[in-house]
Amino acid sequence: MFRILKKEVVGKNLNKFVIEAPLVPKNYKPGQFVVIRIDEKGERIPITIADVDKEKGTVTVFVQEVGKTTFKLGTLKEGDYISDVVGPLGKPAEIVKVGTVVMIGGGVGAAIIYPETKAFKEEGNYVISIMGFRSKEYVILEDEIRKYSDEFYIFTDDGSYGKKGFTTNGLQELIDAGRKMDLVVSIGPALMMKKISEMTRKYNVKTIVSLNSIMMDATGMCGGCRVEVGGESKFACVDGPEFDGHKVNFDLLIKRLSIYKKEEEKALRLYENCVSEEKREY
Amino acid sequence: MPKQDPKERIKNFEEVALGYSEEQAIREAKRCLQCSKPLCIEGCPVDINIPEFIRLIVEKKFVEAARKIKEDDALPRITGRVCPQETQCEAKCVLGKKFEPIAIGRLERFVSDYEANYSKESWQVKKINNKKVAVVGSGPAGLTVAADCARIGYKVKIFEALHKPGGVLVYGIPEFRLPKEIVNLEIEKLKEMGVEIECNVIVGKTITIEELFEEGYGAVFLGLGAGLPRFLGIEGENLLGIYSANEFLTRINLMKAYRFPEYDTPIIVGEKVAVVGGGNVAMDASRCAVRLGAKEVHIIYRRSKEELPARKEEVENAEEEGVIFDFLVNPVRFIGDENGWVKGIEMIKNELGEKDSSGRRKPIPIPGSEFVYEVDTVVVAIGQTANPLLLNVTPDIKRNKWGYIEAHPETGKTSKIGVFAGGDIVTGEATVIAAMGAGRKAAKAIDEYLKTGKW
Repeated sequence: MFRILKKEVVGKNLNKFVIEAPLVPKNYKPGQFVVIRIDEKGERIPITIADVDKEKGTVTVFVQEVGKTTFKLGTLKEGDYISDVVGPLGKPAEIVKVGTVVMIGGGVGAAIIYPETKAFKEEGNYVISIMGFRSKEYVILEDEIRKYSDEFYIFTDDGSYGKKGFTTNGLQELIDAGRKMDLVVSIGPALMMKKISEMTRKYNVKTIVSLNSIMMDATGMCGGCRVEVGGESKFACVDGPEFDGHKVNFDLLIKRLSIYKKEEEKALRLYENCVSEEKREY
Repeated sequence: MPKQDPKERIKNFEEVALGYSEEQAIREAKRCLQCSKPLCIEGCPVDINIPEFIRLIVEKKFVEAARKIKEDDALPRITGRVCPQETQCEAKCVLGKKFEPIAIGRLERFVSDYEANYSKESWQVKKINNKKVAVVGSGPAGLTVAADCARIGYKVKIFEALHKPGGVLVYGIPEFRLPKEIVNLEIEKLKEMGVEIECNVIVGKTITIEELFEEGYGAVFLGLGAGLPRFLGIEGENLLGIYSANEFLTRINLMKAYRFPEYDTPIIVGEKVAVVGGGNVAMDASRCAVRLGAKEVHIIYRRSKEELPARKEEVENAEEEGVIFDFLVNPVRFIGDENGWVKGIEMIKNELGEKDSSGRRKPIPIPGSEFVYEVDTVVVAIGQTANPLLLNVTPDIKRNKWGYIEAHPETGKTSKIGVFAGGDIVTGEATVIAAMGAGRKAAKAIDEYLKTGKW
């Protein structure tokens, strides 16, 4: 069992958890993830590690409530336990000194962008960060990412905070200004990563994306997370999660992410009904 | 052996074979000729003293019979259910030349179930030392090494990547062939012997082999299994609705997707399901699909019925449950609909040619015989290869050209001092009992190594 040491509501339907998982931090590197299972009947879901504390043996994750599991996780409090936390999984991000790195994070993707931004900065790169959120109430990790960025731009879809627009607008501005870019790292919704990769392809700027596909064991056993990269089947869990954005078949990824949409909605509806009935009883 | 009625059992996941009654077991045991040179033992990968345990059944000493088996096989309730006895011990039975061979597997199952129900005694464990043995993977090989090393007196800890121990016994083999309760009970017994099991640890990621040695483990056994699904490598394989057998079975067995939404993990099984492959895994997947409500389930196999690698008993069970077998056909490409879901398989017909290296006649595609087959779910069950996750970070463990670990067949020793390996990660996909056999040999070699320090 893994204890939740800290829980914080950091945005709309967005929670930050610090979980005691003593074995995970030891060999952790930015870009990696954990698989969690809340309880006996729960699903196994992959969640990116935002930070670890090697001394305390804790893992920090940010979880957006989108389905039954993540909603249920949101009801847990400090001191509660989660059945399973396993990791660190996936290949670590390749942190190298290339010159100017543009870090583009969308929504909860900021949780992955953050440790990588820090690592790229510490490696001696000039770091430009472009963050995008749906609206002000979804903004996370702004101060943390800003701290490790030489330039920092923030966008919201509705203009309630920062500039109005999307991360693609931010990237376009840099391109229009003729800014030198050696590497783009884009992590967020699949559609955003697709759009960013399409933009940078035109300018031949190497672009790394982190794929959030459906996983179960996350050790290469089930093959459920397979994605097409450069025309070949790859397993996001062991070959990734980071790949060359110019080679990823995003249309396939987006389709595969929707496989269980109906089932997920069904499970969530049932769960919400249960929760509301419980409330009625008391 | 009595079985659940096919009409009933396709609606549940409960065990199909119901097991012998006492009378049936004794009657069967009495047929044994008690050969002076028993060939059946030669056929058993772990050398169970078969005539002796059968003799004890005739004397109604069922618990003693089970204990006799356990001298060589730590998990008889499991092997009694999933061993391919017809190609091992039973194949050698003298009676089989003229009549039916003794049903050794069914007797093994009967006495070990009997012992579990009527005897609470656990293993005698000697505590002779404080040396520690780390076992990576809790499948049949790992459990056997753990049991044997604990019996000798070592402190054993098993590291398991998934949240539940048992390996292929829990994620691969369905409830109706091997109830998970039995696996759980066997694992509980190991714990009573002092074996520790830590789940959610991926050796190679969470902790490295070097770190295990640093923590004071004197020997490490790798029982990783062959857990990387093989795909056909044809067009359209990533369409929605196409599962690897591993994913399909893990969702069902480990995650209990057949009880969705009570359990959170979903699975999608359409009306017409095609399972590609002809082994036990293909039989398991097709029979699961039947139970999940598919209207039509087909096994697609590239050779003919004679070459099916699955156990005859499981093929019969599948047939009884309405699975349709399509022989001498092979998928060429998968066809998707406008939403990216699989809607058909283009297939080619095969004829059988000369025997190949496996001793089976080779399937040869007939040019121009392509046809399209409508389906809405596909399970690819054509085997596994070595999972490179741990081995990639441990380059000093030598591998063969297929990626499997090179280990000595009699000791399990690898090219890295202190590291032993056995089971599917050494041999490629094999049987539960073969993995257990490898585990036994490795346990002996581990004991030898820890006592003498000689590699």
